[in-house]
Amino acid sequence: MTAIAPGFAAEAHGVVKRFGPIEVLHGVDIAIPVGDARAIVGRNGAGKSTLVSLLTGIHSPNAGEIRLAGQPAPAQGDRRAWRERVACVYQRWMVIPHLTVAENLLLNNQPARAGLVSWRSVRDRAMAALADWELDVSPDLEAWRLTVEQRQIVEIARALLQGSRFIILDEPTAELERKEVNRLFDRIRALQDAGVTFLYISHHLEEIYEICRTVTVMRDGDVVADAPLDELPRDALVAAMVGPGVATGRRQSRPVSDAPVKTGLEIRDLALGDDIEGFNLSVAAGECVGLAGLAGSGKDRIAEAVAGLAVPKAGTISIFGQPAPLGSVAAMRAAGVGYVARDRHVRGLFPQMSVGENLVTTILERLGRLGLISSAKQAATVNDQIRTLGIVATSGEQRISELSGGNQQKAMVGRALASSPRVLVLDAPTQGVDVASKEALYGIIDAAKARGMAVLLVSDDLDELSICDRVAVIFRGRITRSFARDWKEHDMVAAIEGLY
Amino acid sequence: MSSVSQNTAPMRRSSFASRMKLRDLVLIPVIGLVMIIGSFVSPSFLLPENLLNVLQQSSELSILVIAQSLILICGKFDLSLESTVGLAPMLAAWLMISDTSIGGSGIGINGYAGIGVALLTGLVVGLINGLLVVKLRLNAFITTLAMLILLRGMTLGITNGQTLFDLPEPFLYLGTAKWAGVPASIWIAGVLFLLFGLFMRYHRTGRAIYAIGGNAEAARVAGIPVERITIGVFVVGSLLAALAGLLLTGRIASVMAGQGQNMIFYVFAAAVIGGISLNGGQGRMIGALTGVLLLGLLQNVLTLSSVAAFWIDACYGAIILLALIVTRLTGDAPQN
Repeated sequence: MTAIAPGFAAEAHGVVKRFGPIEVLHGVDIAIPVGDARAIVGRNGAGKSTLVSLLTGIHSPNAGEIRLAGQPAPAQGDRRAWRERVACVYQRWMVIPHLTVAENLLLNNQPARAGLVSWRSVRDRAMAALADWELDVSPDLEAWRLTVEQRQIVEIARALLQGSRFIILDEPTAELERKEVNRLFDRIRALQDAGVTFLYISHHLEEIYEICRTVTVMRDGDVVADAPLDELPRDALVAAMVGPGVATGRRQSRPVSDAPVKTGLEIRDLALGDDIEGFNLSVAAGECVGLAGLAGSGKDRIAEAVAGLAVPKAGTISIFGQPAPLGSVAAMRAAGVGYVARDRHVRGLFPQMSVGENLVTTILERLGRLGLISSAKQAATVNDQIRTLGIVATSGEQRISELSGGNQQKAMVGRALASSPRVLVLDAPTQGVDVASKEALYGIIDAAKARGMAVLLVSDDLDELSICDRVAVIFRGRITRSFARDWKEHDMVAAIEGLY
Repeated sequence: MSSVSQNTAPMRRSSFASRMKLRDLVLIPVIGLVMIIGSFVSPSFLLPENLLNVLQQSSELSILVIAQSLILICGKFDLSLESTVGLAPMLAAWLMISDTSIGGSGIGINGYAGIGVALLTGLVVGLINGLLVVKLRLNAFITTLAMLILLRGMTLGITNGQTLFDLPEPFLYLGTAKWAGVPASIWIAGVLFLLFGLFMRYHRTGRAIYAIGGNAEAARVAGIPVERITIGVFVVGSLLAALAGLLLTGRIASVMAGQGQNMIFYVFAAAVIGGISLNGGQGRMIGALTGVLLLGLLQNVLTLSSVAAFWIDACYGAIILLALIVTRLTGDAPQN
């Protein structure tokens, strides 16, 4: 691109971004004209968030140029200049919980003389903004009392009060109810009519067709498509996101026998949080069922309910026909549930402890009496586990943080298996793991199935889902589609993203 | 817009009451109760001399509470404030005393320079704490705990544990002078409360401190210079601690090696009872002030009462616990 046309709210030219040795953006070009409503879509890891962090000045590119409103982007530390040009409503809360709504609306932007804040003007301006937005809350309310919807409106209104005419919305609807989404969209449309430019990031493709005019598709750190939405039908959009990969679930592993099988895990009429109601799912002994969905779809919370971490409002969970006591991890484990939480770094590993100690945390009571742990018994159990799981470690004494991600993850699965469960719940078990370890983990899952365990695999990773005997897709708390073994990636992605 | 202006009037009227939330005023009836009890315990309790005495004895504590409140609202901790209370005047005293036989340095700088040294000491300590916590991202609790031990040890080491007397008059002035019949330290503490209360309420930097303590990431995104302000808060806090040390030295006309020892517990107690959240972003100077006053009056009442001297601390601790429970039950949000 040689000449830079005026009239663009934001442009990136040949932008490269590396984090350490890993290049996440390989020369991205994007140009968003003033008044556009642009969607950026892509699977996890496509580089959407990185691009947003460059467009909002949180990070600066290693190569290439960012321009805002036709001007080169401000210096990275100059937050004020950035804020005037671009505002971002993040998924995380960006209000200050114990300050009032009025002050949050005018955060670091209070009308002031010689540094002294005029609270009268703060309130007046806040009330005018609240009236404009028809938001029925007192400006004196502390922000932590706001609902998710109100909080988002406060953040958007704040962006506009800072003078920005270009707003980035990062998955704004992830936590909203449908009618709240509609109200948000009405407001976005009104702002679009008033000339505000939007960049909209969402996994919910149906929303993009509702609210956006153009779309940029990213895949593996590149822009792979850039088109008006009315020229890009849904099939083509999903195809661009998925890429020219192979189709269908590849791993036609062991055939399921025709013999009648027992039901291993049965979830009945489960109600959880505000959005999951009457949820049913069953997994037979020796079967692996995938539960696929976006972050926030409810898939992780269902796994937590089976593990005893989340307390359901209603419903039953039965393990091989026996209703299990809900809401207690110890009771669920005693009932026969083994659980591997997603994100081992946050919810799994004890990084300072040895491989062995990490493996036996769930079964300490079996290793000795009166709470005392027999080190001989522990060593025997640990060595046994390391051998059967194929964990590559110098010994059970090695610190687990020294292991590769794949071997750490094997240890996490090993911990779940240590209590000899009959139902195994795995949440994103191969996340951040190399290909060889992935295969090894799949082997461990296959072995568990062969021993008659019921396996529930919660994931949004197509590769993981491909080892499942069947896959249920959950969208906003409801199962919207089920797949037998031979699904196509394209259909699976469309279902996960909410395009049925 | 017309609907807005209609709404404005009634909301304005209630805005003072809503600003002065229950939480900030909850201690006032408690203070009243303590004063009534005090008047029964001892006829001398309500005498002006006694009440002024309580205020003067609370003045150093209250300056430390201002300092700690600033730091707590910003979402940090500073345990080393109490050792700065000792070190800053000790270092100055050592430099001022020319007689080495009574523990002086032999340098003999004058009293005004001594005040400068004391304040400078506070500034340097605060800067080091701030840099360690903000730039090196050390945990504030453990960093300032280590600093507390280090500074306390330095205070002892400078004079081999001796108490330093014979300090020049200008150095003692602020702790001894009376302005309009009221000790200067009370005026100073009162004016500082007023200034910092107004600053936190009306100055943009004060509001930025609340924002940082409430959600540092959101503050950063909003363009607030989080690191600079946090370091500044540590510096101002330590400066105030040095000033408190100066007042204390003036009042007792000497610097003891253990000066300020154990004050930090009462500083935290007063701040938290007064509604300053340990989690940051919450609380007001007016509340902190009521916390200090309550503790000062309680201590006085206990001293005047017939409680055996060795049991006063236990009573004091029990009452602080009680106050925490009461304020938690009347306040709107839990401490964590």
